[in-house]
Amino acid sequence: MLYVIILTIVLTIVSFIFDKDKTLKGIKTGMKQFVNILPTLLSVIILISIVLYFISDKVLMEYLGAGAGLGAYFSAAILGAVAILPGFIAYPLSGILVQSGVSLAVIAVFITTLKMVGFMTIPIEQKYFGLKVTLMRNALSFVGALIVGIAMALILNYF
Amino acid sequence: MKGYLKKNRFDISVIIAFGIFAAYSLFFHFRPGIDILQKNFWAFLKEMLFALPVMFILIGLFDVWVSKEKVQKHIGDSSGVKGVLLVMLLAFVQVGPLYAAFPVAYILQKKGTSSVNIFIYLSSFTMAKVPMLTFEIGFLGLKFSVLRLILSVPVFVLIGMITGRYFDKHKGTINED
Repeated sequence: MLYVIILTIVLTIVSFIFDKDKTLKGIKTGMKQFVNILPTLLSVIILISIVLYFISDKVLMEYLGAGAGLGAYFSAAILGAVAILPGFIAYPLSGILVQSGVSLAVIAVFITTLKMVGFMTIPIEQKYFGLKVTLMRNALSFVGALIVGIAMALILNYF
Repeated sequence: MKGYLKKNRFDISVIIAFGIFAAYSLFFHFRPGIDILQKNFWAFLKEMLFALPVMFILIGLFDVWVSKEKVQKHIGDSSGVKGVLLVMLLAFVQVGPLYAAFPVAYILQKKGTSSVNIFIYLSSFTMAKVPMLTFEIGFLGLKFSVLRLILSVPVFVLIGMITGRYFDKHKGTINED
């Protein structure tokens, strides 16, 4: 988190030196977007807080934790493939899951399928590319996400 | 203000209901309510309220300095490594979900971009656009982001190439929705 704050301060100063108006406009756009998502974000945090109270860490770990072994990667992949969540909600949620003990590698699978596999949007996608190519792209991306996650687990555990 | 309240009425009702629940829990020492409030809600909120405004300033700055239109102008039918890097850059600066990229794929095809590059472009959505990268680093750490990027870029460029080849072999065309 500290990196992001330092980076923002440095970039803001640099940007300000180059173009004052552009910088102010950028800060204003950013703040406006923040205010726009604030209600959604707050209600999502509320719902997550309540849901996580009822789903104990034990249950969560059974599906996404180390005990689930490879199953955790599959659960995460399916969760990400089916869900439609914007990043500004998915990342805080992932942060919460990591704090509850889900491994970074499993989160990487979730984040990747969330972005790249759109089970719900297959009807839209096939209008553009045809059904065959759509299914292939989604299937390959699903496998790709698992590869990324498992590679990350190996690196994190052995290096 | 009125429009804002109306647009977010569902979320705002959730927030108000939770506020009442929180006040009730604190006042009558309702244990589960206090647990939800302290262990979950407050812990999550603390982190985000500090992090998010900072991240959104970055997003705003990025928005004014690098626009999608600027990059798109340069793409056209660029081929080779330059073409690949350009489509990846386009995905990198574009915000929004993958399905928002399908119409762009159609435009790229019309501009003469090869199928392989178009599918590499779609695959590159795994990189997380720059603004979202801020979120990723903020909530999951720099190590996570760097590792995920290094691992997913080759995997997904390959997936883009395979899909693009397959698409060409079956003489596919991208339809305008």
